[in-house]
Amino acid sequence: MIQLKGIGKRFGELQVLQDIHASFGPGRINMVIGASGSGKSVLMKIMVGLVLPDQGDLFYENASLGTMDRSEKQILRQNIGMLFQNAALFDSLTVEDNLLFPLRMFKPAPRAQMLERVAYCLEKVGLAGKGPLFPSELSGGMKKRVGIARAIVLEPRYLFCDEPNSGLDPKTSLRIDHLIRDLTQEFNITTVVNTHDMNSVLECADHIIFLHKGRKTWEGDRQQILKSENEDLNELVFATRHLQQYRDQAF
Amino acid sequence: MLRQMLSKPENGRMYWEETVRQMASIGLGSVGIVAFVAVFMGGVSAVQTVYQLVAPYISLTVVGSIVTNSSILELGPSVTSLVLAGKIGSNIASELGYMRSSEQIDALEIMGVNPVAYLVGPKVLACLTMIPLLVVVSISTAIAGGMVICQLTGLITYDQFIEGARSSFLAYDVFFAMCKAFTFAFFISSVSAYHGYHVQGGALEVGRASTKAVVYCCILILSGDYILAELLL
Repeated sequence: MIQLKGIGKRFGELQVLQDIHASFGPGRINMVIGASGSGKSVLMKIMVGLVLPDQGDLFYENASLGTMDRSEKQILRQNIGMLFQNAALFDSLTVEDNLLFPLRMFKPAPRAQMLERVAYCLEKVGLAGKGPLFPSELSGGMKKRVGIARAIVLEPRYLFCDEPNSGLDPKTSLRIDHLIRDLTQEFNITTVVNTHDMNSVLECADHIIFLHKGRKTWEGDRQQILKSENEDLNELVFATRHLQQYRDQAF
Repeated sequence: MLRQMLSKPENGRMYWEETVRQMASIGLGSVGIVAFVAVFMGGVSAVQTVYQLVAPYISLTVVGSIVTNSSILELGPSVTSLVLAGKIGSNIASELGYMRSSEQIDALEIMGVNPVAYLVGPKVLACLTMIPLLVVVSISTAIAGGMVICQLTGLITYDQFIEGARSSFLAYDVFFAMCKAFTFAFFISSVSAYHGYHVQGGALEVGRASTKAVVYCCILILSGDYILAELLL
């Protein structure tokens, strides 16, 4: 369980986040949605500890991130997996070495045992046998799947995904969504996904918070989102005239 | 940044492997260019010294002395460091800058790795060990280059060159050269790493950081060269 309590962040004159309260539970896909510039990425960076909030605090299983020292944060981070928008794979390493890296750093074991874990993770994301390839030899969707495999290799309790569908075709996007959903449910991970892809939201979001101009203005699930009367949210969900007509007919 | 660099490694073996990889990349990757520059540096200084020796009462053995001393005191450590600032400095800044802009540094941090210690530490350590060795290669090659060119062009013989070189050799000069090499190695690695690590933006900023790193390194090397000469000579 991750809890945000009154998170606020300002960059100079710009108030990026203001008084964000939310709880993200395990075994569910928690989605943070909002238009570009709404503060989603900053909120995720605060959640993983890359950016410090100006106000409020966040708690991992009742342990405050704000009061953790460096070694406590390091232990927490070994329980965090993150999929970056562009996967952030290490270019100089093969796919196999990308996955071996966190294992060798934090859970050194006999090489055969580590390779077994790497093969298992690659198989989970449908990339069995792709270990010897370099990131430059992979497609965008494959890179994301390797990113997911690397994120889960240490068996994390928390998984963060920043725009996992950006730059992907609808079919590959769906595949990534299903993969994140299956891993979340299978390993009971607390997953937080940043997105503005409504297909993803409607496909697999269990819990949604909507950010608008740095404030949380709506919270619900994927059934409720279609019936919401929040105008800013509706502008995002029913962005095209076609979808607006569909909503008017349906509800 | 320096404080973070000296923090306890998460896994000493992986840090050591990275340091060895950097040593091979910096040392072996630069030995060719260093030797090439040094041969011509020695040759040119020999030819120009002979050109300036117009007085008939000055012995030609002085050419060996001047080439050796200038190679040890100045050309070897300073010119080699300027060349390496361009090669290694820009490489470090652009590598770290690209890693920053492609979120690879953030990925390391989220894994629980101290990115400064893992990425910058081995580079600084590799520079501190390999650049002084490259300076030794440069000094030796410059002296050898000067000697060979003198012999081949008939300016002076090997024996005259060696006699001159031996007559004015001081072990302290080598110590001074090594002091300069260590100082410049630290400038090159730390300044370049700082500029690369703190890149904000994309490809354009990575290029700018790389240029800035080389310029600052050159300024520090030249000013440091003067300060060390004042302090140690």
